Amino acid sequence: METIQIILDALPTLLSGMGLTLEITIISLVLAMVIGLVLGVFSITKSKILRAISTVFVDMIRGTPLLVQILFIYFGIPSVFDVNLTAFAAGVIAITINAAAYLVEIFRAGINSIDKGQMEAGRSIGFSYWQTMRLIVLPQAVRRMIPAFVNQFIVSIKDTSLLSAIGIAELTFSGQSIYAANFRAFEILFAVGVLYFVIIYTLSLLSRWLERRLDVA
Amino acid sequence: MKMIEVKSLKKSFGKLEVLKDINIDVAPQEVVCVIGPSGSGKSTLLRCMNRLEEPTAGEIFIEEDNLTDTKTNINQLRQRMGMVFQQFNLFPHKTVMENITMGPQRLKGKSKTEVKELGSQLLEKVGLVDKAKVYPDNLSGGQKQRVAIARALAMEPSIMLFDEPTSALDPEMVGEVLQVMKDLAEDGMTMVIVTHEMGFAKEVADRVIFMDEGFIVEEGSPAELFDNPQHERTKSFLSKVL
Ligand SMILES: Nc1ncnc2c1ncn2[C@@H]1O[C@H](COP(=O)(O)OP(=O)(O)OP(=O)(O)O)[C@@H](O)[C@H]1O
Ligand SMILES: [Mg+2]
Repeated sequence: METIQIILDALPTLLSGMGLTLEITIISLVLAMVIGLVLGVFSITKSKILRAISTVFVDMIRGTPLLVQILFIYFGIPSVFDVNLTAFAAGVIAITINAAAYLVEIFRAGINSIDKGQMEAGRSIGFSYWQTMRLIVLPQAVRRMIPAFVNQFIVSIKDTSLLSAIGIAELTFSGQSIYAANFRAFEILFAVGVLYFVIIYTLSLLSRWLERRLDVA
Repeated sequence: MKMIEVKSLKKSFGKLEVLKDINIDVAPQEVVCVIGPSGSGKSTLLRCMNRLEEPTAGEIFIEEDNLTDTKTNINQLRQRMGMVFQQFNLFPHKTVMENITMGPQRLKGKSKTEVKELGSQLLEKVGLVDKAKVYPDNLSGGQKQRVAIARALAMEPSIMLFDEPTSALDPEMVGEVLQVMKDLAEDGMTMVIVTHEMGFAKEVADRVIFMDEGFIVEEGSPAELFDNPQHERTKSFLSKVL
């Protein structure tokens, strides 16, 4: 009974932490999808410069730990340059560029998986490269990418817990601040885990439903 | 006027020279069949004609417009040439009707009702009226290729290019596709057809071009080329395929 009471008492704080986790995740993933798509297309164009931009970005982000990136953006950059980032902004930027780097690879592989006859057929009708990409190649590629997208979304949701390191009151940080006061780490972290699970499991269900729906068409 | 004029065309892939000095003129309403052994450069030649391959040297004119000039709007020029591929390359996420109407609707600004009407006419022409709402995956090979032809025709091109349109088909489906192409030829379409169907070439072509190792070895009317070949290489190729 006591356990339940402890969790119930913590719930408002945890739920507001969960809200912040969702907010950061959603903003970051929307931005990351745009960057991932653009750099993903860069990585398969004929232009050496565009390909280099994409490669350097991906290698740099994937080659360093996310926690270091978070700290670097929040503490490192402002110590040298005249920018003042809120923890929230720094957090969004870090999660965004990190997710984007992995999404670049997902987009690249997805687009490459479409038979090149599709691009040629589109071009031979008279569509430009970008029209063909948008109308013919991407719609087919995106369908195949859904499982990989969802996988990355889930990773990014979990990654936001690292933002507790710069004092953002997301779900993990909220939990930490509660058990630092009431010393009930077991109950609180259990509740934190359940809340993450709820978000992630809902996303999994959503993606299964989406895949089924797109399969029909 | 010439519909297609190919002047001293060369094409290399890296060190491999695939086309070595090709010259071809195609007259309005002419049906030209290109034959030759595998790897002789037939597809590459056809693909250069709408710049799916960038020529290494030489010039190509389409209805007097310089296709090889970088200032030419290639997308607009391609609208005047239909291309049919061996592997059909239909858009699997679009219905048969959408495959056909996408081009004219987006590129020519035609209304939905206009392109529907056009699509129905074309489907009737290729004998597939009842398949308008079907997705390509549910069609036989022969049906797919007929849709691909209709899709190319939807842009109302003045030239049609075919790259072995029947080579990926089961034998019993070859006839239906060739019939559609014959009808097109009778309607006066200018066509360049890479094919292994010698019977079709004999019957429909105005001119047959025999290619080998990146050169045009010999060309002439079907009667000249098939019944009275001048070159050793032509003779030996024909003896294998006829
Ligand atoms: N994109 C490419 N990169 C490198 N080599 C190529 C490319 N496309 C074609 N080739 C080579 O060019 C040569 C001519 O190829 P092409 O496809 O034009 O021959 P083809 O006459 O159409 O043969 P087939 O009857 O088998 O279709 C072949 O040796 C082929 O391997
Ligand atoms: Mg070929």
